[in-house]
Amino acid sequence: MKKNYETVFIMTPVLSEVQMKDTVGKFKKVLTSNGAEMVNDESWGLRKLAYPIQHKTTGFYHLFEFLAAPDTISKLETEFRRDEAVMRFLTTSLDKHAVIYNERRKGGAFNKKKEVKKEAAK
Amino acid sequence: MTLQNEPINREQKKDKYCRFKKNGIKYIDYKDPDFLLKFVNEQGKILPRRLTGTSLKFQRKIAQAIKRSRHCALMPYVGDSLK
Repeated sequence: MKKNYETVFIMTPVLSEVQMKDTVGKFKKVLTSNGAEMVNDESWGLRKLAYPIQHKTTGFYHLFEFLAAPDTISKLETEFRRDEAVMRFLTTSLDKHAVIYNERRKGGAFNKKKEVKKEAAK
Repeated sequence: MTLQNEPINREQKKDKYCRFKKNGIKYIDYKDPDFLLKFVNEQGKILPRRLTGTSLKFQRKIAQAIKRSRHCALMPYVGDSLK
């Protein structure tokens, strides 16, 4: 039985753009070779952290959404732990509401909503 | 002077309500720190239900989302003047 999962991970800002893409590709490969189905793949770019991690104040954020068997997660997470480029990671399983929410998010429904809210605030 | 206690003009209490139930929000996203900022105080502590009026079901979800958000460094664990 496959389940919906979502992973956010932060890579060190020391990496170059190419190295960053390589690491992302590596983790994608880990997932696909374990029979996972990618749903969404999103790069947030270099972002400021809310607090320093490993004495760094910025990091490359990346988001994966995928369908996978539950034992894939432990494999993915050991890979995350082995890789020094990854500073933080968080994997969550998605319930049915989250799946619907993410689909709407992908469609850009929320940026529109925010604009509407801002207008209402004015 | 009367011995009777004079009525104190208090502002009428507004009824609190759970904004998630009212607006039909079913999922709280930890990736949206701007939204979660409404449920923490200036120091970044999670506000109690009695202040925000959130129902228990969604308070649990908010708490979970804020904690996840903190782990991802999207929100601070401690802060000064977040607002």
